Amino acid sequence: MTEHKETKKLGRDQLERIIELCHQVEEKGLDPFIVEVDDVIQVIKTYFPEWKNPEELCLDAEALHQIASAIKLQSEFITHRSTSLYTDPFLITAKLTSLPKKKISNLFLKAWHPIVELEQMSSTGLAEAVGYWKNLIPLGERWLQKSGPQLQTGTTTLAELENEDLIAEEEFQQELDTFLEELKQATRDQKNIEYWSFIGADSFRETARRAYLMSFLVTYGYATFEVDHMEEIIYVKPDETRRPNSQHSHAASFPISVGFDDWQKWREGAQR
Amino acid sequence: MERRCTTLKLTKKAHYASRIKRAAHLLFFKHHKMPGVKGWELKGRLGVNYPRIISLLNSHLEKLDLRVKTVFEEGTPTGKPSGRELDRARFYVTLRGTLEPREARMMGWRIDDMAGLATTISTIIANQGRASREEVEELLREKLPNWRVHTNMDRYRRAGYITEDEKGYLYLGWRTRAEVDEKQLIDSLLIEQETATTDSPISVEDEARADSSLIEQEVD
Repeated sequence: MTEHKETKKLGRDQLERIIELCHQVEEKGLDPFIVEVDDVIQVIKTYFPEWKNPEELCLDAEALHQIASAIKLQSEFITHRSTSLYTDPFLITAKLTSLPKKKISNLFLKAWHPIVELEQMSSTGLAEAVGYWKNLIPLGERWLQKSGPQLQTGTTTLAELENEDLIAEEEFQQELDTFLEELKQATRDQKNIEYWSFIGADSFRETARRAYLMSFLVTYGYATFEVDHMEEIIYVKPDETRRPNSQHSHAASFPISVGFDDWQKWREGAQR
Repeated sequence: MERRCTTLKLTKKAHYASRIKRAAHLLFFKHHKMPGVKGWELKGRLGVNYPRIISLLNSHLEKLDLRVKTVFEEGTPTGKPSGRELDRARFYVTLRGTLEPREARMMGWRIDDMAGLATTISTIIANQGRASREEVEELLREKLPNWRVHTNMDRYRRAGYITEDEKGYLYLGWRTRAEVDEKQLIDSLLIEQETATTDSPISVEDEARADSSLIEQEVD
């Protein structure tokens, strides 16, 4: 009886190991031929008469399923190797590492045939747009139709924040100095830094605080924004030449949304 | 009788000419989120004989160094594609030849961007069509700054050159299948002699020129 139990335990361990091996092959992209199909099938066959309860049978079925996946991977592996595209990944990696960027980009150009595509307004599209414009209710009327409470928005000043005990002037000035120093450190080896990379923090509260401090740095002229319109990325860099309260000839307001959703999106991107 | 034949011939010619124009409109102008047209859409607009019309359009486009590229859903068939395969395929107008580095830069592609894309695509191909994002990024980081690696990967993904699954694996995207001659890329990489381990200063100058051309485009 004890021997029978031990056999079952051993069999279960073997099946779990088979499942784990196949799983690893699939997940990590290992050579699928490390799964010796004949041997593992033999193991499954040996222990099959021992299985009586549904759990054990499920484990047996799962092992078979994983072996089937491994066989599929083996088949794909052979198919890929037999195609003209097969190359040793290490060889490609070595080539990519050794060749200069310019050469790689030139090689790419030889194999690149970009799609020709035009985005243009058609006469039908224009007619539809005119129709839409004619039927569009003026903003004033549309806003009147909206129901529900409307939130009053406004602006706040540093003095008001101080009165509310949200921030102290001296403390704020000190924080700004530290923040500016941090920005300088972050851009020591590069000319600028991505806005979100700099203001982004582990919590939304901290991110909002950093965005707030950054707005002061930019307003005071200690830092400037650079916008890459192609990539839609905002960069920020410290401005050594400017002094606080300087009169900028081209001063402009630049709104940046730092909402909770934006922060979450950034976090997801940063964690990858 | 002879006049009737001539009239018929003219009518047929006019029919094909109008169909070719319609095919050009369909293929050149973007109708959906993705460029290109599905075979079944072409069939609906051009009739069952659409492969013939596409072939005629292709010969017209040859003079302009363009071509109609057919991308089949399940890889290029070995023999003549069946009607079903053609209906499910996607048709694009692509450049027949290749671009000069200067032209590519004028299109907003920096050397870094192209080299990064070539590296990403060839790594995926070499790894049987699937490579982990971490692995590719590590390879890119050897030659590109970290922030650019992230930006570029997102750019390639948005443009459709690569796709990513929830486990962080990268695959070739629809645009790579339409635009990149994968075999040519791998072959030329393998044939290329290793000339230098570091990037020449010329590339830096080129990048500076690329940057200025980008700025000019933004100003425009």
